[in-house]
Amino acid sequence: MEVNDIMIENLAHLARLQFTDLGKNEFKTDLQRMITFVEQLKEVDTTNVKPLLHLSDTVNVLREDVLVESISQELALKNAPKKDNNFFLVPKVIKK
Amino acid sequence: MVVYDKYEAVIGLEVHAQLQTNSKLFCGDSIAFGALPNTQVSAITLGHPGTLPKTNKKAVEYAIKLGLACHCDIEKDNYFARKNYFYPDLPKGYQISQHTTPICKGGFVTIKTNGIQRNIQLNRIHIEEDAGKSIHDIYDDLSCIDLNRAGTALVEIVTEPDLYNSEEAYQYITELRRLLRWLHICDGNMEEGSLRCDANISVRIKGEKKLGTKVEVKNLNSIRNVKKAIDFEIKRMIEVLEANGTITQQTRSFDASNDTTFAIRDKEEANDYRYFPDPDLAPFHLSNEYIHQIKNALPALPQERMQQYQLQLGLSEYDAAQLCDEIATAEYFESVIAYSKHYKAIANWMFGPIKQQLNELNSSFEKISLLPKTLADLIEIVEEGKVNFSIASSRLLPILLKENIHPLTLAEKLNLIQVSNNSELEKWVDEVIAKMPDKVLEYKKGKKGLIGLFVGEVKKLSKGKADPQKVTVMLEEKLNKV
Repeated sequence: MEVNDIMIENLAHLARLQFTDLGKNEFKTDLQRMITFVEQLKEVDTTNVKPLLHLSDTVNVLREDVLVESISQELALKNAPKKDNNFFLVPKVIKK
Repeated sequence: MVVYDKYEAVIGLEVHAQLQTNSKLFCGDSIAFGALPNTQVSAITLGHPGTLPKTNKKAVEYAIKLGLACHCDIEKDNYFARKNYFYPDLPKGYQISQHTTPICKGGFVTIKTNGIQRNIQLNRIHIEEDAGKSIHDIYDDLSCIDLNRAGTALVEIVTEPDLYNSEEAYQYITELRRLLRWLHICDGNMEEGSLRCDANISVRIKGEKKLGTKVEVKNLNSIRNVKKAIDFEIKRMIEVLEANGTITQQTRSFDASNDTTFAIRDKEEANDYRYFPDPDLAPFHLSNEYIHQIKNALPALPQERMQQYQLQLGLSEYDAAQLCDEIATAEYFESVIAYSKHYKAIANWMFGPIKQQLNELNSSFEKISLLPKTLADLIEIVEEGKVNFSIASSRLLPILLKENIHPLTLAEKLNLIQVSNNSELEKWVDEVIAKMPDKVLEYKKGKKGLIGLFVGEVKKLSKGKADPQKVTVMLEEKLNKV
């Protein structure tokens, strides 16, 4: 798979990252190397092999539907870069 | 209009239902409505690193219940997936959902429109977590985030594009909501947002196989609004096409103030959610025994019961539908028929005086304290003619709704037993005839309708205790003799 500028820009947008031109080129080279490395797996014949959806052998780790005490509002908001007495505050997300 | 008839609409609905669990899908925070902002949160809800979510057993059970009630195939090997996108009310930057392995596949919901029954095909039902709430009207330049709702367990019920007009959509959501409430897995309150609906709508020339460009309408907070939005959209899209325009794939919102929709965003590029299996959550596998256990515990479903009531108990479709509107009424009805065979009378009592008085008391069949046996006894003494219906419903029922007394004992105590003893009735009848000579004359001249007036007078005189049927017969005899 060829890693091109459009792909890098798209990925950067999805991850909300911004690159300089220099940075973009470095990422392009790195990503190309990673993908080429992983693509070696394509050589293995996987006909009749079920896709692997999870690595762990552990299954059915379920909890009963019981309440556990929540943390305080103060503690919940403690690490927020912007807050008031009740809410996390973020830049306005809709235009009126 | 003729041009509209050239087209056919195709609709698919996505319904999100909040599950009535106590705690969230992956942690023990409460999901109760109306708490102070950001007080029902934990490190897991807030998406702090290093936390380990764990699936709520009840949510899984509820999703299976719904799936079985909708005739779906239940997936035995379940995985959760991460749906990645950025939005401030999504603390982790991804929503935990099911992607490759929805817990319920296929299935259908049966609806009836214009007397015709049809199965609306489902694509899937899957489990996922809800997002938090954004509030935009407190500050000019900032949005406020409340994460209390974040992590609440939802099921998303997705139909195939298998609905063809707004009435079908209306009936589908009504039926789905009845099922959710019937199974006690969601309260179905669209105004509070515990049931939410998005509609995918497209139109095409009749006979065309390919689907037209679809528009998604969000923000539909009542079943009536779903119907209105669909009607508006179908008309709008046909008009665009008739004017040689093209329909753009869009997300639109419904404006309830004028019953129209407006575009909120164009889908310039397909969203890339980059789903992948969530490594933090262990897969869950369901055994056949467990699924059977849930199946066996399911209550008889509303459509099944409606049919029984009509075929086995001889009730009308209308009565059967009323009884099966909510599970509480159906269950109450069934507890009464254990003591009485007057099926039609039970239904009449339930949806007449009892319903009316429960409403006045701000109560419901869910909370009713009138014992089924007491209601059966009350109906019995009315059917036997010991107390007449209007006295029983206006004088006895209000007391019986509060105290548990035998209706006959109460009627005797209040001196309300109907008099059918001839000599007593005769006294009242004679008195009334003597009191109204002109009316008697009119009656004799042929104004037979006056019989009602005489019966009414006897009723008054007897304070409602006179058996109206006997009184009528007696009056007729005497009047014709005079």
